[in-house]
Amino acid sequence: MLENLDKINTILATDCGSTTTKAILIEKRDGEFRLIARGEAPTTVEAPFEDVTMGVLNAVAEVGELAGKKFLDENDRIITPANDNVGTDIYISTSSAGGGLQMMVAGVVRSMTAESAERAALGAGAIVMDVIASNDKRRPHQQIERIRHLRPDMILLSGGIDGGTTSHVVEIAELISAADPKPRLGSSYNLPVIFAGNINAREAIKDTLEKKVDLGIVDNLRPVLERENLLPAREKIHDLFMEHVMAQAPGYNKLMEWTDAPIMPTPGAVGLIIKTIADIGNFEAVGVDIGGATTDVFSVFRPDGAEGVFNRTVSANLGMSYSISNVFAEATLPNVMRWVPFDMDERDLRNRVKNKMIRPTTIPQSMEELIFEQAVAKEALRLAFIQHKSFATALKGVQKQRTIADAFEQDSSGGSLVNMMTLDMLIGSGGVLSHAPRRQQAALMMIDSFQPEGVTRLAVDSIFMMPQLGVLSTLHPTAATEVFEKDCLIHLGSCVAPVGVVKKDGTVLKYTIELPSGTVSGELQSGELKLFKLGVADNGLPLKVKAVLEPQKNLDIGAGKGHKLETEVSGGVVGIILDGRGRRPFMIPEDNAKRIESLKRWMTELDIYTAEALDNK
Amino acid sequence: MAHAYTPGLKVAAHELISKRRILPLKGEVVAKVGDKVKPDDVVARTYLPGDVEPINVANQLGLPPEDVASFMLKKLGDPIAKGEIIAQTKPLFGLSFLKGLTNKSVATLDGTIESISSVTGQVLQRGKPIPVEVKAYLNGEVIEVFEKEGAVICSWGSFIQGIFGIGGETHGTIKVVVPDNQTRLQEKHITDECKGCIIIGGSRVTANAIKKAVKVGAKGVVTGGFDDKDLREFLGYDIGVAITGSENLGVSLVITEGFGDISMAGKTFELLKSKEGMMGCINGATQIRAGVIRPEAVIPTDGDIHATDDSKKYQQHGLEIGSPIRVIRHPYFGDLGKVTNLPSPLHVLESGSKARILEVEFEDGKRAIVPRANVELIES
Repeated sequence: MLENLDKINTILATDCGSTTTKAILIEKRDGEFRLIARGEAPTTVEAPFEDVTMGVLNAVAEVGELAGKKFLDENDRIITPANDNVGTDIYISTSSAGGGLQMMVAGVVRSMTAESAERAALGAGAIVMDVIASNDKRRPHQQIERIRHLRPDMILLSGGIDGGTTSHVVEIAELISAADPKPRLGSSYNLPVIFAGNINAREAIKDTLEKKVDLGIVDNLRPVLERENLLPAREKIHDLFMEHVMAQAPGYNKLMEWTDAPIMPTPGAVGLIIKTIADIGNFEAVGVDIGGATTDVFSVFRPDGAEGVFNRTVSANLGMSYSISNVFAEATLPNVMRWVPFDMDERDLRNRVKNKMIRPTTIPQSMEELIFEQAVAKEALRLAFIQHKSFATALKGVQKQRTIADAFEQDSSGGSLVNMMTLDMLIGSGGVLSHAPRRQQAALMMIDSFQPEGVTRLAVDSIFMMPQLGVLSTLHPTAATEVFEKDCLIHLGSCVAPVGVVKKDGTVLKYTIELPSGTVSGELQSGELKLFKLGVADNGLPLKVKAVLEPQKNLDIGAGKGHKLETEVSGGVVGIILDGRGRRPFMIPEDNAKRIESLKRWMTELDIYTAEALDNK
Repeated sequence: MAHAYTPGLKVAAHELISKRRILPLKGEVVAKVGDKVKPDDVVARTYLPGDVEPINVANQLGLPPEDVASFMLKKLGDPIAKGEIIAQTKPLFGLSFLKGLTNKSVATLDGTIESISSVTGQVLQRGKPIPVEVKAYLNGEVIEVFEKEGAVICSWGSFIQGIFGIGGETHGTIKVVVPDNQTRLQEKHITDECKGCIIIGGSRVTANAIKKAVKVGAKGVVTGGFDDKDLREFLGYDIGVAITGSENLGVSLVITEGFGDISMAGKTFELLKSKEGMMGCINGATQIRAGVIRPEAVIPTDGDIHATDDSKKYQQHGLEIGSPIRVIRHPYFGDLGKVTNLPSPLHVLESGSKARILEVEFEDGKRAIVPRANVELIES
């Protein structure tokens, strides 16, 4: 934390995303810190710039123009401290410019340890670029060439059961050593290599690799032949990626010299903010930050009462630009298209996805493009949340052995701490959510992908500035809190969704809501979405009203199956959304015509898009 | 985004190009500084130990393992040739006319005897060392040598950066098979004369054309666009994260503009056309992530690499009124035009988003408003 906080009046903060660099200006005016201006520019990690600081300068210059201030000197350096309309007192930054996680895994036997290692890497959200094994029929020079060509962000090395032979796994380590792999970006860190193999080989592996790479050693992921133990390797991959890899970018060292505090990885900063909100309000929260290359999910749950358990996951290859093609590949075309209220030509659609991937900084100009992009976002969010649920377990950090059969099939209700019924607030951040032209679009994206249960408040980061506020909270908590409360969080309203299998027709919920304009009572039908306007007070905080919610006997709204719930429901810029589409399972018609008809009905009720856009003519 | 723009891909008619050529393992650098090299010339090489192949001599000769050594005709380290007898039992009573009734073991590869086991009765043969070579890739001159590792090859030439590619390094004669940059590259354009060539297309290459290129033995294809659906069919899988270069599908492919029906930039096409009949070196390797690698086409030309570099340096200025641009997203995807206005205030797009925009006049005279993020500068 800074020593002379009283002297800080102007704060400039940037977040270097994989696709866009965002800059905000915060100033103390009339005794309180407020957001003054925001600018953005494409992140400049590609040729011909290949220097992340170029994007920073562009974004800062835009903020300067908008605020009528000068922040850059004639040498394009940020001027500090502030003096009238020139310079800033502090400059801070977060970064996730390095993008997704692409790994190589290596093991002794392709169908055994190497396969387990591959599963651990996939479970951590990595793309596995190649699997190297002693028996993969390639010659050593081919394997070395492959490592050099692919430039992995990290290597997971495994091999041998505990107490078994060590020679084979050491040979693979020698291969990695000979390849002398360098990090893809810059030289400020060594390439992380994780060893999760035979416990007896650790010393030999250290001797072989320690001087060349950043070696991490975790428990054997295959301690005995018939059992896998993927969790320690998976967690190590995840932590190393978040802490050391994703923030890196060309020009990162230069940026480090500019900032007044160490550059924080974006998910670290957003996680700080989410945790702080949840702790101050003493509630359960799930936050998400959807970026161009990665999607980060954060949760605070209180399974034992007051003590909040914080979890944070980075889905390294789910995002809206660099990773959009991967979202498409993982989610598959039918899952993306189920959210689009009209038919589209598959060939054309595929080309659009790939064009976004190869030119990541473009934005949707037409309504059709926006609708499609928001459909992809729903799938990216859904997949990232599935991964988060599997990570956010009660046993986090504790070794848990698994059989091969359940390596992928993690029981979400058994192990996961994520309980959507007790969740109080869902918070969204990232370009596609924060910059959605209509706030109700952000609300529906979050509802469709996270499928909140019972009564859940919804909020979004107003202009995508949680990362900057996260890092600011470590230096100047007052400034971060004031801006967060007044300028950052936009309360959207609440989602009310009964849980259970809904029948095709009939009432799923009876409701009475005491709105300021008068009490409304009625019945929510199966497959129906209903919106009641309930806004925010003058101070920006949501209005709250009393509601009586009585689900059908096989459905639960938070008080048990068929039990009436009397509660307080919060409003927001969107309002109260009653969702009768069911949970576990969520019901969306399979028949194409019915699906399109339902989507149009839901989107019309929530005023998501214009009628012309829904017709797509 | 007043200060932001998307730079176009690099297309240079004449510049100094250098390539590092490095061995995967330490070895011998064959090339010397000043050597003139061709694409297939080896600049560095190393050898890997040959394959090991066992023969169970004890079984073949019907001997106890400990006796194998005494019946070996070849000793440890001796050279052997495939089919050569390496061990043989003695004929009955030493009668030479009964030699045909003896048991024999023959070498199964060319190499040496690696080991003879008195425990298992196995003889290990070691194949000949396997050479690992790095070739020059370009016509050019060696300007630097890294001891035991490789060299840097330098040449004057034209350089075209693609946006996406598949397949690795290859080279062949540049052959333009379409009349203009807007013509789709189809099966009918590809004939047997394309064998060993780098085929230059105009707009999108069809799936059948790619298959025909493989069939006739073409080395590579450089064209404007490709359909993702065809790519999936060609590769056999869907690309999630774009990391390519190691595919071995018969041809390397360099896409210069993007996915779909999109014409190759006129300047790129004209440049390639002017190089028809010359040697072209292409590499489809692509990595789209921070630290991006784009595919490339290089056409080396003669010229003294030590002469003063008077090439026009690759420079791009920001968006200005009059800047030639290409739209890189729907609904005007691929259209070319010139910037006519750069208004400062944010503009509400059809999608409802607010963004900085520019006004553009397309080549056909039509005008439109496009987000600045959705155009790329074309080098004038």
